[in-house]
Amino acid sequence: MSSGLAAPAPTLDRKVVAGFAALTLAGVLAPALPAYPLTLLTQAAIVAVLAMSLDILLGYTGLPSLGHAAYFGIAAYTVAILATERQMGLAGCLVAALLLATATAALFGVLAIRATGTYFLMITLALGMVVWGLAFRWVSMTKGDNGIAGVPRPGLGLGWSLAEPLPFFYFALLAAALAWAAMGVLVRSPFGLGLKGIRESESRMRALGYNVWLHKYLAFVISGFFAGFAGVLWAYYNGFVGPADVQLVTSVETLLMAALGGPGTLAGSALGAVAIVFLKNFVSVYTKRWLLILGAVYIGVILWAPRGVLGAFTREPRGAR
Amino acid sequence: MDQTRVMRASVVEEASPGPATGYALELRSVSKAFGGLRAVDDVALAVRAGERRALIGPNGAGKTTLFNVISGELPASSGTIMLFGRDVTRAAVHRRAALGLARTFQITNVFPSLTVLENCLLAVQALSPVKLAMHRPLGRYADLHAHARTTLEAVGLGGRAGAIVQHLSHGEQRQLEIALALAGRPRVLLLDEPTAGLSPAESQLMAGLIKRLDPAMTVLMIEHDMDIALEIVQHVTVLHYGRVIADGTREAVKANPLVREIYLGA
Repeated sequence: MSSGLAAPAPTLDRKVVAGFAALTLAGVLAPALPAYPLTLLTQAAIVAVLAMSLDILLGYTGLPSLGHAAYFGIAAYTVAILATERQMGLAGCLVAALLLATATAALFGVLAIRATGTYFLMITLALGMVVWGLAFRWVSMTKGDNGIAGVPRPGLGLGWSLAEPLPFFYFALLAAALAWAAMGVLVRSPFGLGLKGIRESESRMRALGYNVWLHKYLAFVISGFFAGFAGVLWAYYNGFVGPADVQLVTSVETLLMAALGGPGTLAGSALGAVAIVFLKNFVSVYTKRWLLILGAVYIGVILWAPRGVLGAFTREPRGAR
Repeated sequence: MDQTRVMRASVVEEASPGPATGYALELRSVSKAFGGLRAVDDVALAVRAGERRALIGPNGAGKTTLFNVISGELPASSGTIMLFGRDVTRAAVHRRAALGLARTFQITNVFPSLTVLENCLLAVQALSPVKLAMHRPLGRYADLHAHARTTLEAVGLGGRAGAIVQHLSHGEQRQLEIALALAGRPRVLLLDEPTAGLSPAESQLMAGLIKRLDPAMTVLMIEHDMDIALEIVQHVTVLHYGRVIADGTREAVKANPLVREIYLGA
């Protein structure tokens, strides 16, 4: 009556195992890696958190947000401003940034959640542009186009400095793993099942007794929270925060990562993030037309693997048990 | 299971105050207009607790529209809808569900890419605060799983719990449609053509399933198959162009000349 009843789909378990294996492998290989790949891997770990946070909306709830850079960027700016102008430590920056990103999502959610499909996409896009406009124009706060440079890496008081690439990589990897675990529990919880139900049929969910608006709204706010978490890591990683971090291209890239890896699978979004980060950095060595390549990759995914890369390799469970 | 029980108890408590009309579901001159078309026109309907009633009428008579108005999916243009003596005319769909109203859909409306068990779990947790819990995997809630399994057994889907719903046969999907409505232990059940698209043998199974439902449950069903409908219900309401043209025991309605003329075509 207990464990036998709780049989989740076996594919989920395999994804979790594969995710753990990938994290462990990255952790073991890191000391042997040259500086550049290690930097990219750090970047991938951080961006993976952003892609997974979007997947809660896109893949699980069926809400394609095109303004996710807003919460990421607001958190990054908060850290940058507090760390440079107030010399605030990690804890203070983290709390302030997460509060501000979550509050923004809570406000934007009220405006966006009533819409669905393309309209939802356009409203989130417009709200994202508002934040970008603030970053660009509110010069006294954000330094406008110049951005905020010189964000110091946090001191943990543990004897080793996060200023070095390797310790910071482990810091980012651990943070990403924690975020992945938290989101993993969320999507497997009763609340998470409710999100999948909304993705499949809102009218049935209402008839069953769900307040669909509340479910979507909470998903929106939680998604903004985790995007903010990624933004905090990004500010420390990059040491610089500028309008480019909150612009539309960042939102689009994030959407691509989630779609590329397989919407509705957190591990897939993380995989998509890793792929895009490496692809972007290698391709941009040879051409400035990086976005063209990205677009081509996206069209390819839509044509040949509409369920994403992970979806294409996951055999659909058979009808019979 | 305890949590669900507690929830049901509180729902009953919530529903009991208000004038005791004795009716589980009562509609007073309810209309629904789409522009100039009155799809539901001044309908009065009173269904006693525990009653089994069929809603019949030719295609386009407004039966499904009336169901959508009762469940709240469509707002009524005018009139009053009472559920256990409580005015729910303006209440949201999920509020009516919390008061014990459940429905099925004429066109199967389930969660196709989830498993049968997950579908049923969604229905089981729907009326409990557990649905907002996000800190524990669903697998830990053994009570919810047990309730879902029991519900699936009751509709004959016990052996298909792990199957993905889009791989089920049409008949099995219709069974699941009923299971989702029953999982919340409703007090008023609206069945919208439960036998739609079923073979005669499958229809008989479905009729048997409906007849075995808790006698305390109030059932209002739309049914095209008169043999099935008359086998299950005692009372029949006939709808024609959005209006109630006959209402009474199945014998009285069967004998009604107007009904014979426009509906039975005899």
